[in-house]
Amino acid sequence: MITFDHVTKKFGRFTAVNDLSFTVAPQQAVALWGANGAGKTTVIKCLLGLLHYTGQIRVAGLDAQRQGRDARKLLGYVPQELAFYDDLSTVDTARFFAQLKKAPLQQVASILEQVGLAEHINKPVRALSGGLKQRLALGLALLGDPPILVLDEPTSNLDVATRNTFLQLLAQVKAAGKTIIFTSHRQEEVAQLADQVLVMERGHLKLICRANELAPRLGLRTQVKLRLPPNLVDAALNVLQHDGYTVHRNGVGIWVDVLADEKARPIHLLSQADILVTDFEVE
Amino acid sequence: MQPSIIWVLAQKELRDALRNRWFLLYTLAFIALSLAFSYLALAGAGMVGFAGFGRTAASLINLVLLIVPLMALTIGAQSLAGEQEKSTLAYLLAQPINRIEVFLGKYLGLTLSLLASLTLGFGISGLVMALNGSGAADPSAYVKLVLLAFLLSLAMLSVGFLISALTNKAGVAVGIGLFLWLAFVFFGDLGMMGTVIALRVPIDNLFWLSLSNPLQVFKMAAILDIRATLDILGPAGIYAVQRYGDSLVGIFLGVLVLWIVLPAAAAYARFHAKSDL
Repeated sequence: MITFDHVTKKFGRFTAVNDLSFTVAPQQAVALWGANGAGKTTVIKCLLGLLHYTGQIRVAGLDAQRQGRDARKLLGYVPQELAFYDDLSTVDTARFFAQLKKAPLQQVASILEQVGLAEHINKPVRALSGGLKQRLALGLALLGDPPILVLDEPTSNLDVATRNTFLQLLAQVKAAGKTIIFTSHRQEEVAQLADQVLVMERGHLKLICRANELAPRLGLRTQVKLRLPPNLVDAALNVLQHDGYTVHRNGVGIWVDVLADEKARPIHLLSQADILVTDFEVE
Repeated sequence: MQPSIIWVLAQKELRDALRNRWFLLYTLAFIALSLAFSYLALAGAGMVGFAGFGRTAASLINLVLLIVPLMALTIGAQSLAGEQEKSTLAYLLAQPINRIEVFLGKYLGLTLSLLASLTLGFGISGLVMALNGSGAADPSAYVKLVLLAFLLSLAMLSVGFLISALTNKAGVAVGIGLFLWLAFVFFGDLGMMGTVIALRVPIDNLFWLSLSNPLQVFKMAAILDIRATLDILGPAGIYAVQRYGDSLVGIFLGVLVLWIVLPAAAAYARFHAKSDL
């Protein structure tokens, strides 16, 4: 469905994307994973024809540079930085983009309802919360029923509750058969949505793996905060340090450095030592 | 290129212009001043007829020279840079549309809003003159004056678009636009006089030099329209009429059209190549 063939993008002397080649199959969800500055957003901008590049990108066989308009007809885009016309109402915004995409105007109401904006159609966009704006962006991307969704850090500006709701919406879209390509640096998001992960580092493609292989292949680590009764904190520190964990005392609890796919193991160890963990939090 | 897409974008631009407080302020100022000038010129002359029309038209020429370039340069300068600054431009270009459609849609929308504003101002002035009996003196001369003002506004709009395409921030673009407005309105005459004195420019070169400023071109064309002579501009004006005769109108119109087309083409070339969205 999407093919990158030796794509390179330079900004002056800086190479943002270096000789990138990969393929996204129809109905597949692919995550571009990497730290800030890895080149993920540049890849998305090249795909959308917003940047000039060398190499070739094809969308359903169409050259994304030479046949940009036709290629973009197949893409629905959700940007990282939500930029709408603040004075327009939600429904007028959707109508405007529907006209640009030559989508039937009758589709506007059903799409806004699908993304949960039916109650907000007459509000000016500037009055919508971050989560509602993100839903609007998804709704606009779905106008015209494009087969491919392109999302740039879709949940980076959302709080936990809103993020989960939005990911559920995306899961529905994926289940409806859309091909999805998205950038992320959140492991749980990748695990929830992606079939395949392309790991990028400084513009290079470092690794291609399945979503469940990401943490062990990269040795990803995270911090878990455990809350314990104050009289058991010292004992807990001893147990975890004895098992090789790096542990820090922090207020009423302790921080434990763990492998990203073994977050529950310290709790299990403490439980075996009869130390009760009353609460936990993942960084 | 799809005309329907251009029209959708133009309508959006037109709607935005009507909500732009600066644009509304310029429009109101233009209407109020043109109305005031019409009344004052007619009342001061104490007469009607062609002389009354001539005084009003002369006042309107000066008003157009001040306000129309300011209005057109400002909204042109805000057009692309403003959207780029708010990141809406990148989002717009990520849709299945071409850059030429975005450019033409914006240009058309702003053209329509400018022309609507000028039509309103000139329309009210024309009405005042007609009610005082002077409009009947030469309505075609008045219509030509309005058309010349349209051309000047489009020339300045193109220059505004060029500034906008060359910058990334609306504030910077408007600042450059205001500086250019000052240069065209105030420094243009002084600069030309200084150049002529310093370089002892021959009279024919002085005429061609004055064509480098679109405001001068409009002024000469408008004076020629209402007086059929350029003697008011001194020896250079007399020389131009004697040397070029009936071709003068064509020369002025051609230069104004070039001032519309060339900056607009340069603006599109820059916008097309723009990658830092």
